[in-house]
Amino acid sequence: MLPDIAISLEQIDIIYRARAQAVGGARDSGPARAGDYHAVSQATLAVHEGEFVSIVGPTGCGKSTLLNAAAGLLQPANGDVSIFGKPLEGLNAQAGYLFQQDALMPWKTALENVAIGLEVAGIDTATAREKAEHWLAQVGLKGFGARYPHQLSGGQRKRVGLAQVLIRNPAILLMDEPFGPLDAQTRQIMGNLLLSLWAQERKAVLFVTHDLEEAIALSDRVVIMSSGPGATIIGDYTIDLARPRDAMDVRLDPGFHAIHKAIWDQLRGEVMKAYQEVEA
Amino acid sequence: MSVSKHTLLALQILVAVVALGIWHIGSSVPIFGVYFLPKFFFSTPWDVAARIVKLFSGTLIWKHLGITLTETLLAFVIGAGGGVLVGFWFARRPLVNAVFDPYVKMANALPRVVLAPIFMLWLGLGIWSKVALGVTLVFFIVFFNVYQGVKEVSQAVLSNARMLGMTEKQLFRHVYWPSALSWMFSSLHTSVGFALVGAVVGEYLGSAAGLGYMIHEAEGVFDTTGVFAGMVILAAFVLLVDAIVTAIEHRLLVWRPDAAGRNA
Repeated sequence: MLPDIAISLEQIDIIYRARAQAVGGARDSGPARAGDYHAVSQATLAVHEGEFVSIVGPTGCGKSTLLNAAAGLLQPANGDVSIFGKPLEGLNAQAGYLFQQDALMPWKTALENVAIGLEVAGIDTATAREKAEHWLAQVGLKGFGARYPHQLSGGQRKRVGLAQVLIRNPAILLMDEPFGPLDAQTRQIMGNLLLSLWAQERKAVLFVTHDLEEAIALSDRVVIMSSGPGATIIGDYTIDLARPRDAMDVRLDPGFHAIHKAIWDQLRGEVMKAYQEVEA
Repeated sequence: MSVSKHTLLALQILVAVVALGIWHIGSSVPIFGVYFLPKFFFSTPWDVAARIVKLFSGTLIWKHLGITLTETLLAFVIGAGGGVLVGFWFARRPLVNAVFDPYVKMANALPRVVLAPIFMLWLGLGIWSKVALGVTLVFFIVFFNVYQGVKEVSQAVLSNARMLGMTEKQLFRHVYWPSALSWMFSSLHTSVGFALVGAVVGEYLGSAAGLGYMIHEAEGVFDTTGVFAGMVILAAFVLLVDAIVTAIEHRLLVWRPDAAGRNA
């Protein structure tokens, strides 16, 4: 029997309105009007419990948009978002979200940033800080708790962000090109860190990236999005490479190359389409 | 440009010495039988220094300083408090902001000095008319900064805080408030300066105490030495207040890369 479906996106349409909503504006639904940008069209995707799924697609195709719909940060114009079988209303409280941009509160230390997720849930400060110390150690930042975000490197800030999300023990992890701004070596190290943390407690992960190699190295499944506008999911590949994996070494595996070739043959066409659209 | 700290200090002192020297020679040494800086209009550095020493050996000066300081602090606290409250309110309620926007712009465009006589009429010649003038200056600076601070909270930080499960109240405390405070503190030098301007200008226009009154009184009897002495004391006072503000800023904004001053 298959495990339960953690995230279900069904026939999702996402439209960016050209005309700004009036003060205190209405719900963002209804058909597209002239000038609106139809970002995602009829996208359907399911992520099972304990499954690591990556979305790969050309730049600007709407990958992050789809992820935000799963987070409840934006409302699809049409379609259903369900979390563990229940329709999503408002923000997805069962999900942790790791952002591409710096999203730490700059006025809080690393420790305070990690502890805050527990504190706002009503856990007392001492316990929250103690747990935060533990999670900082888990992401390899033992002793960095007193630093402010600006005193940390980009990679270290991502580690704090990861601890900040994981300390709340969310059932679902949503990740929006989390390692995008980092250099190549740091990305692979962060990939391994993520895999080792994920192996301890398998959560449903939806991971957005434009880096196909990263997607294959980390995931159980890789789905491909077409280029926008009206982007949708056009490919779904199971990655049956053995776990536990090493995000660096797995790239030398012959199986890795076969999968990479198969996916790239499809993805290349979409990337070229997106590229030509930008050029035109 | 790399000059050692000591060389820089020496150069800064040199500027003061040269300026004082020109002032001294112009006012005390006749060149071709003419004083370039007649004593009646410019006094002399020695006279001014002697007057300052004399003032500080008495007790009256402390009363004047105390009054001006009180007015400045009251104007700052009331103006900043109002600015923070209204700034928050407007930033979180776009409709309120849209309605009041033209009036805010109008009030801010008005040169505040013209309000001084009205405030004196309403509040008398005591400290409150000066406080009111200072408040009208401080309020708008803090208001605009807090408004900006709340509006320009990073969208990623805000979404992240929401995803971490914060309620509106918690967002206010952990995100909007610190962000607005940091904007307010970045304008602290300006707003404290304006509080002082309000106090001194108010005193100058009509009062019975304070540094502005002291300068005005000396001017009334063509006591140039008194005016210059008052100006020097006022300048020293501003520098002192500014140094205190800088110290507070460094303490409260340690998390900011530029304000922290270390690891920059």
